[in-house]
Amino acid sequence: MSFIPHTSRDVARMLAALGLPEIESLFEQVKAVLPSAQVPELPGASELELSRQLWDVARLNGRPDQTPCFRGAGAYEHYVPAAVNHIVSRGEFATAYTPYQAEISQGTLQVMYEFQTMVCELMGMEVANASMYDGASALAEAVLMAMRHTRRRGVVVSGALHPHWLAVLRTYTANVEPEFVFVPPVGGVTPSDAVRRAINDNTAAVVVQNPNVFGSVEPVREIGAHLADHPALYLLAAYPISLGLLMSPGEAQADIAVGEGQPLGIPLSYGGPYLGLLATKLDYLRQMPGRIAGATHDAEGRRGYVMTLQAREQHIRRERATSNICSNQMLCALAATAYLSLMGPDGFRTVSEQNFIVAHELAGRLASLPGCSLAFDAPFFNEFVLDLPVAAEDVERDLWQDGIVSGLPLGRWWPQRRNQMLFCATEMITEAAIHRLVAAMEEALP
Amino acid sequence: MTADTIFEKGKTGRKTLYVAAQEQQPSLFDQLPVGARRRRPPALPEVTEGEVVRHYTNLARKNWGVDVGFYPLGSCTMKYNPRLPEAIAAWPEFCAAHPLRPVRAAQGWLRVLHDTERMLSELCGMARFTLQPAAGAQGELCGMLMVRRYHAERGDPRNVVIVPDSAHGTNPATAALAGFDVVTCPSSPSGLVDLDKLRRLLSDKVAAIMLTNPNTLGLFERDIQEICRLVHEAGGMAYYDGANFNALVGRFRPGEMGFDVVHLNLHKTFGTPHGGGGPGSGPVGVVDKLEPFLPTPLVRKGPDGFEIDDNRPHTIGRLNAFGGNALIVLRAYVYLRLLGTSGLRDVSGAAVLAANYLKHRLTTSYQPSHPGPCMHEFVLTATQQKADGVRALDIAKRLIDLGFHPPTIYFPLTVPEALMIEPTETETLETLDAFAEAMLQIAREAEESPHLLHAAPQSTPVGRLDEVAAAKALDLRWRPGGAEGGDADASPRAPGGRPTTRS
Repeated sequence: MSFIPHTSRDVARMLAALGLPEIESLFEQVKAVLPSAQVPELPGASELELSRQLWDVARLNGRPDQTPCFRGAGAYEHYVPAAVNHIVSRGEFATAYTPYQAEISQGTLQVMYEFQTMVCELMGMEVANASMYDGASALAEAVLMAMRHTRRRGVVVSGALHPHWLAVLRTYTANVEPEFVFVPPVGGVTPSDAVRRAINDNTAAVVVQNPNVFGSVEPVREIGAHLADHPALYLLAAYPISLGLLMSPGEAQADIAVGEGQPLGIPLSYGGPYLGLLATKLDYLRQMPGRIAGATHDAEGRRGYVMTLQAREQHIRRERATSNICSNQMLCALAATAYLSLMGPDGFRTVSEQNFIVAHELAGRLASLPGCSLAFDAPFFNEFVLDLPVAAEDVERDLWQDGIVSGLPLGRWWPQRRNQMLFCATEMITEAAIHRLVAAMEEALP
Repeated sequence: MTADTIFEKGKTGRKTLYVAAQEQQPSLFDQLPVGARRRRPPALPEVTEGEVVRHYTNLARKNWGVDVGFYPLGSCTMKYNPRLPEAIAAWPEFCAAHPLRPVRAAQGWLRVLHDTERMLSELCGMARFTLQPAAGAQGELCGMLMVRRYHAERGDPRNVVIVPDSAHGTNPATAALAGFDVVTCPSSPSGLVDLDKLRRLLSDKVAAIMLTNPNTLGLFERDIQEICRLVHEAGGMAYYDGANFNALVGRFRPGEMGFDVVHLNLHKTFGTPHGGGGPGSGPVGVVDKLEPFLPTPLVRKGPDGFEIDDNRPHTIGRLNAFGGNALIVLRAYVYLRLLGTSGLRDVSGAAVLAANYLKHRLTTSYQPSHPGPCMHEFVLTATQQKADGVRALDIAKRLIDLGFHPPTIYFPLTVPEALMIEPTETETLETLDAFAEAMLQIAREAEESPHLLHAAPQSTPVGRLDEVAAAKALDLRWRPGGAEGGDADASPRAPGGRPTTRS
């Protein structure tokens, strides 16, 4: 299939203007250097043919939208109002480039500004950028910000941070050699006095995730109080949907808030594209990476939006930039902006509460199964760890035979947790799905 | 159309219900300690669905996209984005899949990722690819971290990366982020890497050279094999920035040029939409000796189907929480399967033909940065027009009034008053001709009525915006009472315009 509109007469006309016999002549200088014709022949297809073939491939995934999924662990299935997809499908948004020409990019630029406002509101912070790749890379960039700002190398990390986020943090900071200090969780939460003891004169940042990887609600305010008079920056990673109920990073006195914005109207998409949220206080604005839109005016006083503070960025500053990031996840940021506009303050709080309600219903039912109990007493939002009497991997396999995606077996990340499963229930989980799960669990357990 | 934000459209109490509130025992929330609860709710807009759709539809109408018209932004490959990849990306079998699904429940996804990796490896002459990087810049970081690890594990740590002066800004920024010192290699008068100067920069400290080929001037680096040979001889690696791969795709391979590591921009060469600045995808290919360092996870074929390979002792680690921008990779996979190698060969052929034709038509009135044939893009310099008091920025703004998105301006930095034009393969000859006519008209206007250019654009919802004011009186979020105060000491950019590059 081809999307090239040139007819043979068009090609002939262009070649004639150039005085060339054929298209191949345009590549003579390349051919003089490189042996060509070494590219393997991959077949092409018509749209109809390919659609048929891909239908067979797609079916190998099952119908994820029709199979109950009790798995979160950093990616969450939430209801997406139909209008969100309508808005992000507009070609004027989807097929635009970075808004370098502001006069014909006011749509994208104003969405950036509205998005920044909503992220500030969710996080309780003063400024936000127009998004990073995902939550994990936003956290990594936030740690680099804190290390630059404090000129220190110590990074105190909650042992209940998502292990993939920690892996990304390690990758991004490999060459600046942070000195990591890990605070092990006790009873599924990060003890605030252990955080206090871990801070010293070398500490650049304290990293806490709320709810943490076990789903537990962290003592974010207590940790913030310990850090209030310390030069180290307090980095709080928040699950945005939880912020309808849970304390915002700003209220917990965080200096930098990050989060995975996928739950805000973006499909699970087998891992991406997602949406990195990053917000901070005005004091740290100059160290913040990524695009930022600002409001201004034209010569006639009309309000408009531009990308601003670009002196931080790679295309101006090159090797002295705050980051090498050169894009944002704009279309995902648009989805989140539309999602939050549609939900409104009431709807947002309702979704948050529904998650809490459904997850607690599920936890109650699972904890009463024989040999099962909640691993921790800590409060949780929509995710919790269940102790099983058998290996979680076996339960996962049995449940999938019933067409259910179980909670996540934690032995995958921590061998000593092989009998634990991390369950999640969002507003998408129905009463019927819980019944189905419980029945299947009763079968699967000894 | 007004510039009112969504926040100004709200009214207390207005709402649309998407998720019904379930009945609950009030005591349930007692399980959440008071100290852990939110105090001030987020001030989100209170609007109905109709208002939201109308608001964002009106904002969409203030935006230019490939769907709207010609978008000849150099180095960005703003080609038509086919719709089948979009449709398939919306199939729930793909888009509703959780990234941590059991592998037996994700065999379709793993097959797509596995086959995309194989196709990209074959198109680039690389041993393997990682699909994890979320954008070109993250791909660069991935590649340079692998280069760093390679040298370190050989007990030969190296700290210098050579970047030509015509390179994209991300190249030096990435090298710095990966912990290298950046040394700039000046171009020769012909716009290519100066071999003598390169020789003088090479040493046992050099970890790699980062190159785009064709380079940002749209010129093919003829000495590419010699460049790679020299770098290899000095013990360094050759990194290929695939931003300009649209010029060569289906015909030539970075592997044969001598490159060791390659990143591609799926949102450029492989037809996925740019999304207003993202999400994109920047897969990275490597030769065998870098393969152990690829980020995790990778997909491999096992005896019982496809598997996730997470256990790689030499890996640089993870770049994203999950496997990268899978839904973008899927779109590129569909594009690749539609076109096949022969379709891709037609892509590079038509892209290079269109660029040369347009260059030929425009050089009657504009001076090219370099004479002779170009690849998929070319750079003009508005120095002649500048003598009449008209700058590249003015030409760009006037183009908007004539119904075109402007080219990239003030980039590459090595060309004064640069206009960098990339027509791509998907524009009709009529569009190319109409654009050429507009550019020629502007060249005449620059001499006869320059005020038209200085006052442009007139046809847009706003005129030229005050960027200095934006950076000084920072207004970065909406507030009920208007902007917050705060002075900024942002260093102003080059007067009158900023370099525009790609992502």
